[in-house]
Amino acid sequence: MNIVVCVKQVPDTWAERKLRSEDKTLDRESVDGVINELDEYAIEESLRIKEAHDGEVTVLTMGPEKAAESIRKALSMGADKAVHLVDDALHGSDVLQTSYAMAQVLRKIGFDVVILGSESTDARMGALAAMLAERLGVAQLSLANKVEIDGGTIRTQRVADYGFDRVEASLPAVVSVVEKINEPRYPSFKGIMAAKKKPVDKLGVADADIDAAKVGLTGAATEVVDFVAAPPREKGTIVKDEGDGGQKVAEFLASKKFI
Amino acid sequence: MDGPFIGGREVTVVLDYRLDEEREALRKTVEQFAREVVAPRAAELDESGEFPYDLVAQMGGMGLFGLPFPEEYGGMGGDYFALCLAIEELARIDSSVAITLEAAVSLGAMPIYRYGTEEQKREWLPRLASGEALGAFGLTEPGGGSDVAGGMRTRAELRGGEWVINGTKSFITNAGTDITQLVTVTALTGELSSGEREISAIMVPVPRSGFSVAKKYSKVGWHASDTREITLTDCRVPEENLLGGRGRGYAQFLSTLDEGRIAIAALAVGLAQGCLDESIKYAKQRQAFGQPIADFQAIAFKIADMEVRTHTARLAYYRAAEKMLRGEPMKREAAIAKLYSSEIAVTNAREATQIHGGYGFMNEFPVARHWRDAKILEIGEGTSEVQRILIARELGL
Ligand SMILES: Cc1cc2nc3c(=O)[nH]c(=O)nc-3n(C[C@H](O)[C@H](O)[C@H](O)COP(=O)(O)OP(=O)(O)OC[C@H]3O[C@@H](n4cnc5c(N)ncnc54)[C@H](O)[C@@H]3O)c2cc1C
Repeated sequence: MNIVVCVKQVPDTWAERKLRSEDKTLDRESVDGVINELDEYAIEESLRIKEAHDGEVTVLTMGPEKAAESIRKALSMGADKAVHLVDDALHGSDVLQTSYAMAQVLRKIGFDVVILGSESTDARMGALAAMLAERLGVAQLSLANKVEIDGGTIRTQRVADYGFDRVEASLPAVVSVVEKINEPRYPSFKGIMAAKKKPVDKLGVADADIDAAKVGLTGAATEVVDFVAAPPREKGTIVKDEGDGGQKVAEFLASKKFI
Repeated sequence: MDGPFIGGREVTVVLDYRLDEEREALRKTVEQFAREVVAPRAAELDESGEFPYDLVAQMGGMGLFGLPFPEEYGGMGGDYFALCLAIEELARIDSSVAITLEAAVSLGAMPIYRYGTEEQKREWLPRLASGEALGAFGLTEPGGGSDVAGGMRTRAELRGGEWVINGTKSFITNAGTDITQLVTVTALTGELSSGEREISAIMVPVPRSGFSVAKKYSKVGWHASDTREITLTDCRVPEENLLGGRGRGYAQFLSTLDEGRIAIAALAVGLAQGCLDESIKYAKQRQAFGQPIADFQAIAFKIADMEVRTHTARLAYYRAAEKMLRGEPMKREAAIAKLYSSEIAVTNAREATQIHGGYGFMNEFPVARHWRDAKILEIGEGTSEVQRILIARELGL
């Protein structure tokens, strides 16, 4: 089975994130980069599928040179090889362009199943999986908290407000996962040492038959017009228990759709 | 790492204390594990004193118990310095978990790797390196820890192809967990022709009749680490369980201790760093007289001094580790690192508690735990006095 897991490097959520004033894109240089948290679940799931069905896990990353650190980490967790799409022409691409560029690479390298996190902690579009599936003409199984593969069939549980849907499709397919689908492993030192020797294929736009005019900041379909710093966090609501505390807490939780 | 070229000219690397990419990746991984998995559990473990079997299993899965051993024995193919880095990152968050790893590897498994026969290594290392089984080393006795040779009462006699062991060992780490499978003990096995007492090391697979552990000690710190008194009463093990040469037990143990001191130094540096991390966070957030307490120079300088001590102690243990990795004698450097970092760990813990005010005296705050956990570092694996004796001796005094 040829499993491709899409991994994005994002600024560490523990650090303060900033937009660059010159072109209103995310400042990726000044902060530590980490693997987008949901992608760690995607990596874990891809490794579990490989362990259960044999095959190979390829990491696919589009991002600047620095993203190589995240690729290395995914390889140290146990992925077999990686493709790093890196080109200055890609800087500032929006989700439409990203999905175009990544689909071109996926066409080139082939896949039975593509797994990715359901959104990234930086841009939070949550649309890449759907766009990839559409561009590649394969089924999309979104928001999975459980994945099973049986021959040419893939079954997932898709989380919803009311519980979950059981979804089934035939391979090849694109799957986006939510957290709690699994517990991502920490790489072992053996894995870390092995990662050094695993192949990382670096591709520029030309290598992947990507039309440079269709990617990058200038051709983006969306534009960040302005930005302001997030307001300080608002004061929370304090519920005083005057005999009806439980009731009020329940109402609050219901209003937030927690219960 | 950059090539040794500066201005197009090849130069010799004179000093390089950067971690290589793999060790840095390991350090980061353990840092993340400690922050995400250990930290939320630390206060509860400290309170209950329960041994954290699940954390040990997870650390086993990450290969931490196998770091310094070759892959052929189930290890990770790393080195002792990699182990030190892992211990430091764990101790930044929790000393009990860190000492469990330290004792299991450097006291429990390392002597087998160093002095065991091929057969002993094949039998024991895969289990110990995976963390599925823990090993312990019983040297200290009620009659003495610093003067081990003089205080030793435990005897082992060879009878009918078996060692029959009698005696008591005190304060033995990892001796009484459900997954402890091996306790190596030192014992008197006779007298040398010189009239000196012959001390040997013998491997005791446990559980076993004639081997018993007392209930856990009630300790000041290291609550979730397992520390037991051991009693051996006509405890029999096969003759081939002798570890290393007969009469070599003590000398061998002393050389294991040199390495162990570097690991304890790493643990102490971790604790000192943990005190610093907590103090920076708290000082920025705690307000007094209308400003964060970090804005008082009295507090900021305390924190600056904590950083200086931690930084210096880390350099001391890196230096000792560097000599160890090169296979050079490092008795002096290991003693310096152990002495200095354990003493500054105690100082940093005291200062961190001070910065936290009354909250620092409350057990649920990490610094209160660090304060209680720090003191033993000046005692275990050679007291501060013993380190000074060693350093003085190295200086020819
Ligand atoms: C939590 C914990 C875990 C431990 N784990 C282990 C373990 O796994 N295995 C093991 O074998 N041991 C273990 N120990 C024992 C530890 O190594 C000893 O406690 C330590 O070596 C000190 O020995 P002692 O307690 O007998 O003190 P003593 O040797 O009686 O020392 C008492 C005091 O006298 C000082 N002193 C002694 N001799 C001299 C001298 N010549 N000059 C100046 N001062 C001197 C000492 O420095 C100390 O201050 C552990 C101890 C603790 C508390």
